[in-house]
Amino acid sequence: MDDVTRATEHKSNPAGHTGPVMDVRDLRTQFFTDEGVVRAVDGVSFQVGTGETLGIVGESGSGKTVAALSLMRLLDEPARIASGQILFQGRDIVKMTPDELRALRGAGIAMVFQDPMTSLNPVLKIARQLAETMLVHGMLNEQQALERSVSLLGRMGITAPQRAIDSYPHQFSGGMRQRVMLAMGFSNEPALLIADEPTTALDVTIQAQILDLLAELNRDFGTAIVLISHDLGVIASVCSRVIVMYGGEVVEEGPTQKILSDPRHPYTWALINAVPRIDRHVPGEKRLVTIDGTPPDPINFPAGCRFAARCPFKIERCTQHPDLVELMPGRKSRCWVTQDGKPLPPPATRLAAPILPAEAKVSAAPKSVPAPMLQLRGVVKHFPLPKDTFFGKQRVVHAVDGVDLDVAKGETVGLVGESGCGKSTLARVIARIHTPTAGSIKFDGHEIAEASQSEIRPLRRRMQMVFQDPYASLNPRMTVSQILSEPLRFHDMTPAGAATMARVHELLDVVGLSRKAADRYPHEFSGGQRQRISIARALSVKPDFIIGDEPISALDVNIQAQIINLMIDLQEKFGLTYLIIAHDLAVVRHISDRIVVLYLGRIAEIAPAEALFDAPLHPYTRYLISAVPIPDADVERGRKRLPLTGEPPSTIDPPSGCRFRTRCPIAKSVCAEVVPPVVEHKPGHFAACHFAGEF
Amino acid sequence: MTAADIASREAPRIAPPASKLRRWMRRYALASLGASIIVFWMLVALFAPLIARYAPDIVDVTIRLKPPSWQHWLGTDALGRDVFSRLIYGSQISLFTGFVVVILAAVFGTLMGGIAAYSRGKLEEVIMRITDLVFCFPPIILALAIAAALGIGATNTIIAMLIVWWPKFARLARSLIIVQRSQEYVEAAMVLGLSPARILVRHIIPNSVGPLIVLVTLDIGNAIITFAGLSFLGLGVIPPTPEWGSMVGEGRELIEQWWVAAFPGLAILTIVVGFNFMGDGIRDWLDPKSRRR
Repeated sequence: MDDVTRATEHKSNPAGHTGPVMDVRDLRTQFFTDEGVVRAVDGVSFQVGTGETLGIVGESGSGKTVAALSLMRLLDEPARIASGQILFQGRDIVKMTPDELRALRGAGIAMVFQDPMTSLNPVLKIARQLAETMLVHGMLNEQQALERSVSLLGRMGITAPQRAIDSYPHQFSGGMRQRVMLAMGFSNEPALLIADEPTTALDVTIQAQILDLLAELNRDFGTAIVLISHDLGVIASVCSRVIVMYGGEVVEEGPTQKILSDPRHPYTWALINAVPRIDRHVPGEKRLVTIDGTPPDPINFPAGCRFAARCPFKIERCTQHPDLVELMPGRKSRCWVTQDGKPLPPPATRLAAPILPAEAKVSAAPKSVPAPMLQLRGVVKHFPLPKDTFFGKQRVVHAVDGVDLDVAKGETVGLVGESGCGKSTLARVIARIHTPTAGSIKFDGHEIAEASQSEIRPLRRRMQMVFQDPYASLNPRMTVSQILSEPLRFHDMTPAGAATMARVHELLDVVGLSRKAADRYPHEFSGGQRQRISIARALSVKPDFIIGDEPISALDVNIQAQIINLMIDLQEKFGLTYLIIAHDLAVVRHISDRIVVLYLGRIAEIAPAEALFDAPLHPYTRYLISAVPIPDADVERGRKRLPLTGEPPSTIDPPSGCRFRTRCPIAKSVCAEVVPPVVEHKPGHFAACHFAGEF
Repeated sequence: MTAADIASREAPRIAPPASKLRRWMRRYALASLGASIIVFWMLVALFAPLIARYAPDIVDVTIRLKPPSWQHWLGTDALGRDVFSRLIYGSQISLFTGFVVVILAAVFGTLMGGIAAYSRGKLEEVIMRITDLVFCFPPIILALAIAAALGIGATNTIIAMLIVWWPKFARLARSLIIVQRSQEYVEAAMVLGLSPARILVRHIIPNSVGPLIVLVTLDIGNAIITFAGLSFLGLGVIPPTPEWGSMVGEGRELIEQWWVAAFPGLAILTIVVGFNFMGDGIRDWLDPKSRRR
């Protein structure tokens, strides 16, 4: 620790410089494309004080990433910084020569990117890559650099750093690589660290570890941090101040806590209210607040307020472009409505008008139906790996290892767990994209585990699936009408011609798309629209059971809320049964009647949503819930996060007995010997733990 | 997702037609040049009897090895045949073998690759090991050996080249199909209960043909040059037949009479370059990433 902070005092505050570390003034970054000039960042100004933590939040296309890249001048043609100043410790980065820039990057400012899988060079050992950053800035010799690398890795929470330093990046998991990236970022003790969605690609438990580490590093090193994220919870857990971007502009700025509890720009208001909160849940109220429309076209921004077209609070003046005005000390907003200093109303009174009367909603609650729609017994799926050598031992990935589960008609079951826990495999086994290695799957009384594809075909129409990636789940070479009519025609559900077209139009109506969409190709739609097409395709064969494999996790929060609302509407309209996989616990809690927690291919806990969150029995469930960041700085501060250390073990060689025992704080010797059975502890509340509820 | 991605994905594409054409020309200048060369040679092959000034096989030793002149634009060869006329007729066989070899190899190879990708198991092993076997030898040596075993003649040479040619298509097709098979839209088609044949024809193949088309175009030039090489070595065509490779072969030792070998050599060069330019252009056009720039 002392070794690590063996700081070069002058660096974090060079001679004579006082004031903010970073002072951005009227920055404009533009892309010169064939279609015109994309004004990605359009007059952004902000400051970052010494040792301050600033969050930048906004949806995709808001310009937040381009702004971050501009700060280090990392943009290539056709992007250009058209005007503005970026003063770093008083020196303007925009005017720096390439040599000055190189000296600055990595030494004065460091950056951590979103995808830890691609940001390390795969052919160089960690030691080389880490030491290189220190050597190029010429302050250490090779031996010192190596020693410092080891101590830095240790500081970043990597166990056995001596050994880690001799590894290649592919030997590390995503979370570990992000720690290496952070070690690299901090190796020269920069005055400023820019982190662009550093935890978006990580599991919630690993995300919690990295966020805690970031906050700690900020405290111990005094490094200012600019954290870019679409997740308000992430921002709340690290940043003291936040700026909200929309349409290339800053629309709101202020202390995180104040902005989250009292947003003064309608866009911020919509962002906050579109996310379900894990700590705040109104039973029965499932619909989320959404805003209509899409972000403005960055080539042709509207003349007035850029948010006006989607704004629920719009007034006449909004046809003029508002300035970013200081409402009170430290708080600015770019909005005509809130300029008089009045807060925006809470969402319940304005939007979220229920589509159906309240009585109808009660029927969506779990019912005790005798025969389950779907019944899994001892479902196992193993994937054999290619042998290393011809006579080598056959190795097997234990993706799903004995799952029992019932899904009743009309209910929504949520399936959660870290990546690699087997939730996607389980979904594909149920949908019979994969054939299970063992076990029984009964769908409405029919055994389908070993049935051939042609035997299942009649049941296919009743069980459908919605996929995660809206960019991969639609055939790029078919129009929407071809995509939707293909299953209709194949199953002979509608006669060719007008009747099929009428049904296609009906499906588009149901998912809220324009009928004009029928003749267009998938690439002409945004992610959210594509997910609607995906849902329409699933609905085309009139199923009663839909499996959603992370159907909303690739979408922006507002689009997420829209899709959740759509799915709830459809469930009420068609009496659908849902099995929904997600890694976002807040979303799962919001939409599910019952929740299943998977860990390394086995069930850890099954419980009604409320019971699971109020009184989790399995230690793993407690960790999961505790790891979710909450978009409320007050709550986030008062909350003590349970530190789940380490990473999930390998599914090729899973631990004996209880699979969670290697990370469990209450594991005893029995846990290594006996596999804990799934036991019903309370009515409807099952857990697989020898010491359920004791943690 | 950067703003540029969004812009190119969602912004309406409005541009005045004139500037659009100019941009297209700039982007595909080389491809257009390549296509023009190919079209030029195709026209030449098609109208050879009209263009050629003499029959390609009239022997007249009294005028042997004459340099280019008004009577014989590209001179005459050792037997007094008109090089220009032989060059014109030679385009027919070069284009024909190029197209036939590559298209037959592509069809057969894609079929084998498709079977391998779909069967997964013993059959896949067998097909893929056969391709490995072929890849063990330098292609021209293997084609040479097979052609020599089969005997001289265009048909035998084409058969020899086919044997060497199909494995690369089989490999490419197999990997393309395996990639598409695990795409979510194919899984969605399975869940919708569509038949495997329909999934293959309507979903997997249309999304896999792009790279195959690129390989086909790039490879025709390759096949032409290989066939010319085999003819140069005396295997391709049976003598008086005009063929560029054999013409170069005949002029090989005539240092003074450079025109005998140089002009057919240039013809081979232009047509191969033409196919390469066009293949590159098609690759750029099919690849949305490079198209965006």
